[in-house]
Amino acid sequence: MQPHTENDLECIRIQKHFGSVRAVDDVSFEIPKGSFFSILGPSGCGKTTLMRMIAGFEQPSSGDIRIKGKSVIGTPPNRRNVKMVFQHLALFPMMNVYENIAYGLRCAGASKDVIRSKVHDVLERISLPDVANREISQLSGGQKQRIAIARCMVLDPDVLLLDEPLGALDLKLREAMKIELKLLQHQFDTTFVYITHDQSEALVMSDNVAIMNQGKFVQIGTPQELYHNPSAAFVAGFVGDTNRWAGRVTRVEGNTVEVETEAGLAMRGSIRGTGAPGVGDKVSAFVRPEFITAEKAGGSMQAGNGQNVIEGKVDSILFNGANSRVLVRDRAGELIEADVVLTGGPQDLKPKDDVTLSWSPEQTMSFKA
Amino acid sequence: MKQRDIKRLSLILLFAPFALWIVLLIVLPHLGMFYISLREKVAPRTYEFGLENYINFFAEPIYWNTLIRTGSMSLLVTVLALLLGFPIAYYIAKIAGQRSRGALFLMCLIPLWVSDLIRAFGWILLLRETGIISSSLQWAGLVNTPIEFLYNDATVIMGLVYTVILFMIVPLVSTLDGMDDSMIEAGYNLGGNGPTVLRRIIIPYAMPGIVSGCIVVFMLTAGSYLTPILLGGKNSSWFTEQIYDQFITRYNWESGAAFGFLLLAFTSLVVWGGLKLSGQTLNSTVARS
Amino acid sequence: MIMKLAIAGLLATTVMAAVPAQAETLRLLTWGSYAPEELVKKFEAKYPDITVEVTFSNNEEMIAKLRATGGAGFDLAQPSHDRIFAVQQEYNIYKPLDLSKIDTSGMEAKLLDGVKANTTIDGEVYAVPHQWGTSGLMANKTMAPDVKAWGDLCDPQYKGKTSMRLRRTILLGMAFDMGEDPFAAYADLDKYQEILDKVADKLIACKDNLKAYWKGGDDLSAMMMSGEIVASETWDSTAYKLYAENKDIVFVPPKTGALAWIDTFAMPRKGEADDAAYKWINFVLEPENVKIMSASTGSMAAVKGAKDLLPDDKKAAVNAAFTDEDISNLQFFANIPAGVEDMEGKTLEKIKAATGSE
Repeated sequence: MQPHTENDLECIRIQKHFGSVRAVDDVSFEIPKGSFFSILGPSGCGKTTLMRMIAGFEQPSSGDIRIKGKSVIGTPPNRRNVKMVFQHLALFPMMNVYENIAYGLRCAGASKDVIRSKVHDVLERISLPDVANREISQLSGGQKQRIAIARCMVLDPDVLLLDEPLGALDLKLREAMKIELKLLQHQFDTTFVYITHDQSEALVMSDNVAIMNQGKFVQIGTPQELYHNPSAAFVAGFVGDTNRWAGRVTRVEGNTVEVETEAGLAMRGSIRGTGAPGVGDKVSAFVRPEFITAEKAGGSMQAGNGQNVIEGKVDSILFNGANSRVLVRDRAGELIEADVVLTGGPQDLKPKDDVTLSWSPEQTMSFKA
Repeated sequence: MKQRDIKRLSLILLFAPFALWIVLLIVLPHLGMFYISLREKVAPRTYEFGLENYINFFAEPIYWNTLIRTGSMSLLVTVLALLLGFPIAYYIAKIAGQRSRGALFLMCLIPLWVSDLIRAFGWILLLRETGIISSSLQWAGLVNTPIEFLYNDATVIMGLVYTVILFMIVPLVSTLDGMDDSMIEAGYNLGGNGPTVLRRIIIPYAMPGIVSGCIVVFMLTAGSYLTPILLGGKNSSWFTEQIYDQFITRYNWESGAAFGFLLLAFTSLVVWGGLKLSGQTLNSTVARS
Repeated sequence: MIMKLAIAGLLATTVMAAVPAQAETLRLLTWGSYAPEELVKKFEAKYPDITVEVTFSNNEEMIAKLRATGGAGFDLAQPSHDRIFAVQQEYNIYKPLDLSKIDTSGMEAKLLDGVKANTTIDGEVYAVPHQWGTSGLMANKTMAPDVKAWGDLCDPQYKGKTSMRLRRTILLGMAFDMGEDPFAAYADLDKYQEILDKVADKLIACKDNLKAYWKGGDDLSAMMMSGEIVASETWDSTAYKLYAENKDIVFVPPKTGALAWIDTFAMPRKGEADDAAYKWINFVLEPENVKIMSASTGSMAAVKGAKDLLPDDKKAAVNAAFTDEDISNLQFFANIPAGVEDMEGKTLEKIKAATGSE
């Protein structure tokens, strides 16, 4: 752990109650300088409330928020060096681009010359040097996005908060902006705190991601950690695509369990998360599609070396180029997703083909329910 | 081809009531009035064409003084209605909850439920020397002689503001309502304090509503009749009263018509000036809200 | 095409409206209290095929309404006697009366002759009298016992406690008070303008002494009853009503003479129900109906022995106000010649606009 002064933002046991509702419940985290931190959770999980407390629009019921090591509880929003990009950007429609960016500098009392050079400088950095005199309504969606960020970055904030700013964009632009945001963050070398319910945004851009559910942080970690080593069933289910079964433990053997699903499918899995399940306990088992191998029946597949092997029939093919999948119906009648490579040749799987699915117990993440 | 004819016909039919209304109730009477305003009475039942009625207005200081007085008091009423109406509109649009909003709007509407006349008499009952306010002040021992609140310009202005404030609040609420709350938060977030956010963000954003409210309020005030007459004192003449006098007590329709046009021209001029000053257009304000 | 159709339709409806319906309608244009409900019901009971429609108005608005239509829309109007001659010459909105259809035998001869003389144009008579009354002063005897003349409204001892209506009555009253005879000056408008200028100076100087100008019977009554004012210019009927409630408030005929007006019957030029109108005139002049009418108007009818037909409280008020000498001293409003309204209007505006010494 790094010393406190190296953290741009720290939240210590933050709580926020609205009447009897605990919108944010005992959340603590710290964000080291210059990193891209995402808070990922389903809508209504309290992430927006948390962000509004950091920005100063709400006061926490208890706990402390520290920016650069200094508590900001009681500091009004306009005195905090935390800037925010709003969900709908909140650019001022009655001002042009220049005025929008200059607004914060004017509030800070900067001189005209300073304002001019800073505005032009920041427009350079977001690669939009010529839009200063445009009206907001004349900008494209991506340009607005960048202006909204520039408007904050021109003020050299300690932390930049982004509240699902990509939500309103169409898919293609959203993909492009993900990369752009990451690059901008590198360029400005400022701590970004990014709020989203879209796991792919969070995974692609972030150095660290916090998974939030029902007012609590479930897990904080790098995208890889969250994906491969989720600490709870919620994280395993929420981050990335996955097959999910509910079942009961039939046998425990060290770190490995045998699970029988409700439909009667038996498989071996590894115990994850907290709490070791005993025989008869309910568990949730997760297997990601890319860890399941699908082959035509009668192939070289061996049941040996502890692999889980299941016979089934192809129900349908979900073709999506390199991300293609098959939906396989097993004998118990459940649908299982598996990634496949479809080359377009005669070897490709087709619907109604009999297939053998196999995956390792190590990849069968089993959580005590 | 036929399809197009039907489309054209339905367009004409849709537009017809509006056109009839404009032509029959607005354009024709005004043309008639304009015609009358250009007639000079030379002897009973004989008239000549000329600008005499308009010249008379400018030659007689009482007339144009009254017009200027009416205009400046109307501007004052407009400013007061804006100063009072803006916080109310802001509260209704941005702070009040959904449920109390309707109730608040309704409260603003209440003055319109009773006629001008009843409203003015209500004020009279409250404000007269032996009225409720004066008596309760005496009863409370705050003053020892009755106070007359009635029959002065301040009362007229108060009565007018009370009457017209709704017409200020409605367009303001509708523009402020369209303003994303995050716009205000962004204003604070980027370092603005309360006054800065108000001056640089909320007011510029609400400008179309402000201007359209001001136009409506100014026109209503300058054209009001009963309130200034009933609440006004010995010296408070109002231009509409002069028009009424010309038409009714002096049987002088010719100069009454001329006065009517002068009032129209004067208020239009003020509105035009206001639009120029605020950098708005009719399209961006009245037509919008 | 559409336009033509629309106009044709419009014409058709107008024509239809002009065709008299089976049951006749008498459209009365009159003063606030001149068509009491009781009397209208009684009339309709007597003539079941006539319905009475009443529009309440005042002198100026009556003329404006009739002028706007050239004398259509009403069958019987009740302007004051001095407002007929010039108006008829200027706007031609009335038609001559057929005196044979009116029972004039019961009318007070002096008033009838006076009205006839005032409203005869080219040998035709345009009006007969109905109600008459006076404008004068009203004072609260206990607080303003010395109010005897128009000019006393400007007496500094009543500062802030007097009122008047800013209309022609006070101009004329004040002119008499200053020793002029404005009615005589109608013949010489330059002379009349001089008088008006003098009156204006007096009334502007007097402004400071007034609490407010009253605008109608209601606000005058309220100010007088509450004691906010102690003396005012008034209609006699308003004073009589207040006398019924407070015996200290009496009508005071000014020493230069109360100004007397006579409200008349006159028939609009394009009236359609002449017979019904004559029936109404004769009906309301019947003694038992005069009683009902006078109870409503508070004024005396232009019939013989009218005072005895007043309700008792009004009779007492009149007796408290008028001596026989006062009656003989009455100044009947003279016919207003063309142009005088304009001169008076300007004078009134000047007074209203003057800021006085405030």
